[in-house]
Amino acid sequence: MSWYTFEDKVLPMDEWIETGVDWLVENFRDFFQIIKIPVEKSLEGIDWALNATNPWIVILLFAIVTLKYAGKITTVFTIFTFVLVGLLGLWSQTMTTLAMVVVAVVFCSVVGIPLGIASARSDRFEAFLRPVLDTMQTTPSFVHLIPVVMLFSIGTVSGVIATIIFALPPIVRLTNLGIRQVHPELVEAGEAFGATSMQVLLRIQIPQAWPSIMAGLNQTIMMAISMVVIAALIGAGGLGVPVFQGLNNLDSGLATIGGIGTVLLAMVLDRITQGMVEK
Amino acid sequence: MSEEIIRVENLFKVFGSNPEKALKLLKQGLEKEEIFKKTGMTIGVQNANFTINAGEIFVVMGLSGSGKSTLVRMLNRLIEITSGSVYINGLDVAKLNAQELTELRRSQMSMVFQSFALMPHLSVIENAAFGLTLAKVEKPKRLDRAMEALEQVGLEAWAECMPDEMSGGMQQRVGLARALAVDPEIMLMDEAFSALDPLIRTEMQDQLLSLQEKHQRTIVFISHDLDEAMRIGDRIAIMEDGRIVQIGTPDEILQNPANEYVEAFFRGVDPTGILNAGDIARETQTTVIKYPGKGPRAALQRLISHDRDFGYVLDKSKHFLGIVSTDSLRELINNNGKTNDFSEAFLDDVTPVNALDSMQDILNEVVTRPWPIPVLNEKKEYIGVISKNIFLRTLQHNTNE
Repeated sequence: MSWYTFEDKVLPMDEWIETGVDWLVENFRDFFQIIKIPVEKSLEGIDWALNATNPWIVILLFAIVTLKYAGKITTVFTIFTFVLVGLLGLWSQTMTTLAMVVVAVVFCSVVGIPLGIASARSDRFEAFLRPVLDTMQTTPSFVHLIPVVMLFSIGTVSGVIATIIFALPPIVRLTNLGIRQVHPELVEAGEAFGATSMQVLLRIQIPQAWPSIMAGLNQTIMMAISMVVIAALIGAGGLGVPVFQGLNNLDSGLATIGGIGTVLLAMVLDRITQGMVEK
Repeated sequence: MSEEIIRVENLFKVFGSNPEKALKLLKQGLEKEEIFKKTGMTIGVQNANFTINAGEIFVVMGLSGSGKSTLVRMLNRLIEITSGSVYINGLDVAKLNAQELTELRRSQMSMVFQSFALMPHLSVIENAAFGLTLAKVEKPKRLDRAMEALEQVGLEAWAECMPDEMSGGMQQRVGLARALAVDPEIMLMDEAFSALDPLIRTEMQDQLLSLQEKHQRTIVFISHDLDEAMRIGDRIAIMEDGRIVQIGTPDEILQNPANEYVEAFFRGVDPTGILNAGDIARETQTTVIKYPGKGPRAALQRLISHDRDFGYVLDKSKHFLGIVSTDSLRELINNNGKTNDFSEAFLDDVTPVNALDSMQDILNEVVTRPWPIPVLNEKKEYIGVISKNIFLRTLQHNTNE
């Protein structure tokens, strides 16, 4: 008898997973195609609207929003960013990326805030959700792409779905944290004056947790931008396209301007949402 | 006034996983600590029984951890009742369903908190209107009523401010206004003034008392401060280790403390409990007139030369006879120049106090009489007087220590 020295594979887990995914694809393909529809429709609409609008009007709108939440200096920076990406010939890609980020973040909020509330209200649900979120957050972003491609096929919509999965955790976590940090006396005061559970949530917990929820939204936006670029690997459009074209052709100039566009866009969105947190 | 509004019967609270077991052990006569050691469960309140009448200020007093907060929170079921009954206007709170309980809290009972617990995201008037908002009162009406409540606490000018712009005392007025705005029959006040500094605290107590004069509500007031309890309480319940050890008017409790805990409580909080009249009586600075001795004219002369208003008349063996004043002596001399008898010049309403009386006991006498109060020992011998000055200085001295 000899010692087992880990030279042979005993657990063919990779095969199991493959079988599982195959099974899912075979039996639930229609279901996943239906999930895709709302993402697809809203993405098409926003992408079309941003690209069809005169660029100067888009710049003006962004300037107004920035001025409202983030002050004059940041407004100048926002105008600079959009003019620059235009001059670099990346306007259309930037608008597509923006559309993808907006759609991903809206879906993250719609799903994430209720999940955060639910986990703040139930320790058991939190205990269940936590490892799921850990997995979503720590899995290398490329790894998300494979099952997404198998279930949703390639393209921009699949890219957005991968982004939603990747960017969801922060808003769930920070909503949960924000609500858990509301002073218990405030909740008790609400109950003493006859607040129902829903009133406690809407009139005390959410208003008190609002800064934390907004910070979660900010983080979700940042993660969405980074993922949207990677999503170009599975055929999504936007600023990721010049980056990967550049990498494939060893065209460092093209890759760099794609990168610059991404970073500047990220900074603009970050400053605006930070401003919203503080107000 | 004597109409009963709250009745508490055999009320128990056990914190822990198996309250039934803890209750059984309690019935077997085990102490709170033994039960905690055996089962890990804490007895919050054990066997509370009392009634509160409409319009009464009922103070629940005790050290921290004595269960007073738990007791009061069972009245509106912020803490669930383990066993026993709480009747509010005859309605058993323990048996209400969620909707009925919400209704009770919205319409009949409101609460004021030690930490104020104002909503930081709402303005002062929105905070005052909070209970009405929860009860879905229409906006114009609830703002009107909130404004009225703010007027009652003198904060109408601050309506649009945010709570964090205000001092602690003002924040607690908003807390009070929030409780008043719903026009409750019963107000629960949980250490409502304890977080405020002493001057503001007294001011708030006065405000509460004057509000109470205008509109008599039933107030259940938690406090660990004896002076506060004495000032505002119609009746006081004293709690120790989850048990109510004594209930009575402030006077009853002062005069007949039920056990050492109650006594120690008083002593610990109030210096007037330790010292008695004999300890602070002074013989100096007074004019003593011996009788029989020289006549009224000589006595008057001595008072004038000592620059005193009052003289204390004693017999040869120092027994106290009475107090004369310069005015009463002059009157006596004018009416009857020759008499040698002081008794006609004695002032009315003079009650000497006993050397063993506590400072609490003699407080009323010292404060209401214009003259320093004579103090006698057990043999009715005069040992000195207590002036307002000395009384106050003693109080201050003890408080500073």
